[in-house]
Amino acid sequence: MTIFGDVARWFADPAHWQGSHGIPVRVLEHLELSGLAVAIALVIAVPVALYLGHTGRGGFIAINLANIGRALPSLALIGLGLAIAIPLGLGLGFWPTMFALVPLAIPPIMTNTFVAIREVDRDVVDAARGMGLKESEILGTIEIPLGLPLMLGGIGTAAVNVVATATLGAIVAGGALGRFIVDGLALQEYDQLVAGALLVALLAILTEVAFAALARASAPPGMTVSP
Amino acid sequence: MAESRGATVEFRSVTKRYGDTIAVDRLSFTVPAGRICVLVGPSGCGKTTSLRMVNRLIEPTSGEILIDGQNVLAEDPTQLRRRIGYVIQQTGLFPHQTVADNIATVPRLLGWPKERIQLRVDELMKLIGLDPGRMRRRYPAQLSGGERQRVGVARAMAAEPPLMLMDEPFAAVDPIVRERLQNEFLRLQRAQGITVIFVTHDIDEAIKLGDRVAVMRLGHLVQYAPPGELLARPADDFVAKFVGSDRGLKRLSLLTVGGVELAPLDRAKLDGAPVLSPSMSLRDALAVMLSSEAQEATVMEGDRYLGALTLQQIGRMLRVDEPA
Repeated sequence: MTIFGDVARWFADPAHWQGSHGIPVRVLEHLELSGLAVAIALVIAVPVALYLGHTGRGGFIAINLANIGRALPSLALIGLGLAIAIPLGLGLGFWPTMFALVPLAIPPIMTNTFVAIREVDRDVVDAARGMGLKESEILGTIEIPLGLPLMLGGIGTAAVNVVATATLGAIVAGGALGRFIVDGLALQEYDQLVAGALLVALLAILTEVAFAALARASAPPGMTVSP
Repeated sequence: MAESRGATVEFRSVTKRYGDTIAVDRLSFTVPAGRICVLVGPSGCGKTTSLRMVNRLIEPTSGEILIDGQNVLAEDPTQLRRRIGYVIQQTGLFPHQTVADNIATVPRLLGWPKERIQLRVDELMKLIGLDPGRMRRRYPAQLSGGERQRVGVARAMAAEPPLMLMDEPFAAVDPIVRERLQNEFLRLQRAQGITVIFVTHDIDEAIKLGDRVAVMRLGHLVQYAPPGELLARPADDFVAKFVGSDRGLKRLSLLTVGGVELAPLDRAKLDGAPVLSPSMSLRDALAVMLSSEAQEATVMEGDRYLGALTLQQIGRMLRVDEPA
């Protein structure tokens, strides 16, 4: 019982909502770290997946390569990132964490984008090509609009994974919400630890909800109507 | 209608090889302008491959395909395809676009002004029997199978192409709707004078729609002839089997009562004899005569007697020549 009371008091303390160590700043740091990781993953994975999905080539290889990313332990990647970032003068925290988060985000984006494009009815694509749409027009006006909900689903999964895992950054002196958890553990301040965990969970759930709504909103017209 | 003149299409020794397999072997034939040529044969005979080489969805290994004398291989594929209508079995309608937007696809690609596109869309929708006011904003999922096929045909005709390629366009709808679509399509094609290359595995459809029928087997063209000749003189056993043992009856449906040299009227037999009109097919005439158990029928145009048609005469038309 007491721990919940402690956590509630921790949240009620105005000091925890202010300054560079306050909740709003940590949330922003968390969003910045996660957002950038997903953005980098998008830049890497989407063009490759679109190309492979459109041409139908090498999908098996792409998905398996991407899945290696899933198998790599994030903590090990942070360690590796540290070993790379320090000699490059990129410092602790942010970039080593990024090094772990991007490979985590790539697989769901890659897989879903590839599948989203591949799943578009081949007859529709054949008709489009047969009527004289250029390959870029087929991708841009047919395949992407029809595949968008599935693509956004994959990006959402990536974002949720990244938001949840970004807490690890605090281990290598990064900011973000992981700070509360790591510091809480080190200082044996369990109210802070639990509060940090709750904040991360909340942020992950909000991310999930936001992307689900986005995916629903992106459903092309005419696909959900009944005759 | 403007630019209704069809194109002439010529296949010159067209071959398509996939590794060691020959899908199409030295195919040569000419489709006259404004006519319907039906490619027919069992699955794997190379008919769809042949069709798709015309708009370069498949590139021939060797040979030439000429449209109005111009080699399709010399032209940019997307430009070429925008001049050729294309209809496939599952329609390939864009599910996220309205009926109007689907029909407008090629005119939009060609950069027609908005007003011209809208006029053309409305014109085509009326032509295929869909009320533009009620239907233009519908999505393909809101249409029946027959309506979807009609929209598919309208979309292919939108930019007034001189040539249309149709790959089993009516195979996915039920027989009653198919028959109606076939009749509508024939009417449209005749009115617009478009050249059509049409693929089907259904010999009855080929005979009904084709001005010329190309029977294919294992990549070869076995026979290329008007449907009547195909039925009367199949080139070999394969064609004879393919057109069916009832080919005599099928042929009767291509011939009209008016096309037969009628016997003189015998006034004595006139009473009670069934009356036929000269535009009737011999097949229908036969049905009428059999059901009324008559040996002889009277042919009348309006209230003018033209002569008599006997069962013997129909029988003679039935006994078509054996394979050459």
